[in-house]
Amino acid sequence: MSDDLTRLTVAEARNRLDRREISAVELLEAHLERILQLEPRIHAFITLTEDTARAQAADADQRIARGEAAPLTGIPVALKDVLCTVDAPTTAGSRILEGFRSPYDATVVRKLREQGAVFVGKANTDEFAMGSSTENSAYGPTRNPWDLERVPGGSSGGSAAAVAAGLAIVSLGSDTGGSIRQPAGFCGIVGLKPTYGRVSRFGLVAFASSLDQIGPFGRTVEDVAITLEVISGHDPNDSTSVDIPVPNYRAALTGEIRGVRIGVAAEYQVPGMDPEVERVVDHAIAELERLGAEIVPVSLPHTRYALATYYIIAPSEASANLARYDGVKYGLSLPAGTLLESYLQTRGRGFGPEVKRRIMLGTYALSAGYYDAYYVKAQKVRTLIKRDFDEAFAQVDVIAAPTSPTVAFRFGERTADPIQMYLSDVFTIPANMAGLPGIAVPCGFAHGLPVSLQFMGRPFDEATLFRVAHAYEQATTWHHAVPPLVASSPMRTHPSEAGSDGS
Amino acid sequence: MRLSRDIVDHVAMLARLGLTEEERERMREQLSSILEHVSLIQELDTERIPPTAQVIALRNVWRPDEVRPSLPVEAVLANAPDAEDGMFKVNAVLEQS
Repeated sequence: MSDDLTRLTVAEARNRLDRREISAVELLEAHLERILQLEPRIHAFITLTEDTARAQAADADQRIARGEAAPLTGIPVALKDVLCTVDAPTTAGSRILEGFRSPYDATVVRKLREQGAVFVGKANTDEFAMGSSTENSAYGPTRNPWDLERVPGGSSGGSAAAVAAGLAIVSLGSDTGGSIRQPAGFCGIVGLKPTYGRVSRFGLVAFASSLDQIGPFGRTVEDVAITLEVISGHDPNDSTSVDIPVPNYRAALTGEIRGVRIGVAAEYQVPGMDPEVERVVDHAIAELERLGAEIVPVSLPHTRYALATYYIIAPSEASANLARYDGVKYGLSLPAGTLLESYLQTRGRGFGPEVKRRIMLGTYALSAGYYDAYYVKAQKVRTLIKRDFDEAFAQVDVIAAPTSPTVAFRFGERTADPIQMYLSDVFTIPANMAGLPGIAVPCGFAHGLPVSLQFMGRPFDEATLFRVAHAYEQATTWHHAVPPLVASSPMRTHPSEAGSDGS
Repeated sequence: MRLSRDIVDHVAMLARLGLTEEERERMREQLSSILEHVSLIQELDTERIPPTAQVIALRNVWRPDEVRPSLPVEAVLANAPDAEDGMFKVNAVLEQS
């Protein structure tokens, strides 16, 4: 086992914490050292919360000493800065929310707090989670730990980069069209978008309410499974959270996938796909077959319409959700002669270019004369996309596909043309349209950068996704790969020399 | 198809977005190109297809109509740019006669 505490999995850290080989304070200090060392280069966070983290770690140690440890007690966690927290600002990556302090915690934050998790900071995100690179963050982009000249993906790029670089053991993000899976793929880690309704969104800054879902990042499938179990479940404060029992997800990690039927759809071979990425993904699918899974061709004929459908529905919902930023209740407020003038000024200056573009697009699609042709039409096509999956899942247990058509791209490469940026989500959007769970797992490298395999499953069947993803992970070594930047930055402290307080 | 300047101005006003001259011109270009891209779905025949607004088979969610504690007024107003007497304060919206 590594002496570097920032490379521990949740299960390894739990084991060492509970045996009192390390303290939660030591575990946190190791992560804070990594943050001190690498954060200036990566910029994974909008706000760091070292002080409250130290208090949480000390509390966690007391809890462990009392024999009351929960699965995430003392585990360093990063939270995407679209999740409301009472003890740190919540910006959503936007100037319009600069300095905003939520009067309540998001339900997922409350659940982690009740576990005794330790929050290291609020992770960077594209403004209002709109983007695929973190280049739309008003607080500057995050850099990919695998190559600082490249994007970490987005919108949850800070959450992904933090876990990849060892600045946190697990993190939370949100996924509206791929914002967890795509950055997990670009950063070489595991990321899960749960089924729509699995996790409460209460306290999540809303982007597109029929698509948004909160989910975990980790360096292993098991870490993601443990975290999902903690954050899932019905919440009276979110009527879209479904009252279905939360299974013991770790029990699904059997390593056995003989006889599992894995669908592969020809429609997921698109023009513009990097042939190297395609080769790596094909190799991963062959590995699944070698492990005893049955590979079954399926057809998802409406896949090519998913991106267009998404770029009508998501901006439409966003234009309604973002009407609340009016400079009256919280956030940026630019005074003007009249209330109308104040709205125009505040929203015109407070929102960045991508957010304005989507508000305009959504407002147009919902406006009189265009509503039926765009919004209603898109909702009908959404039905067709969902039916494709219903039919496919009558034949298979999961569907395997690439997470993204390319590896992480360079800064500025796609900012000039919005459609080029949108295309990086072409494989992740369908799961959001149909409300299905999707998991991204590392499956190799192309051009020296991580490539990711995605599994999509039946609604509320995250257990099968975990089972398949875990079996693949355990049969391969990709999850052991460490970004060269991290591997070449030795840690000053080791558990043996670190302070013995707290034990 | 290129959006007219009038449409861009109209939509910006509906959305309460104050845009600069330059932003309006850029919006015309970019929205036109995105709308052209999303028009792909027009080729599908959806005459007999019902719309999907949400994907979980939820009907209405009911709860008892009971008074429950809510956030204290001070906590809610703590972020307010301007407040008075426990209320958000804005410019007058009605003309005085």
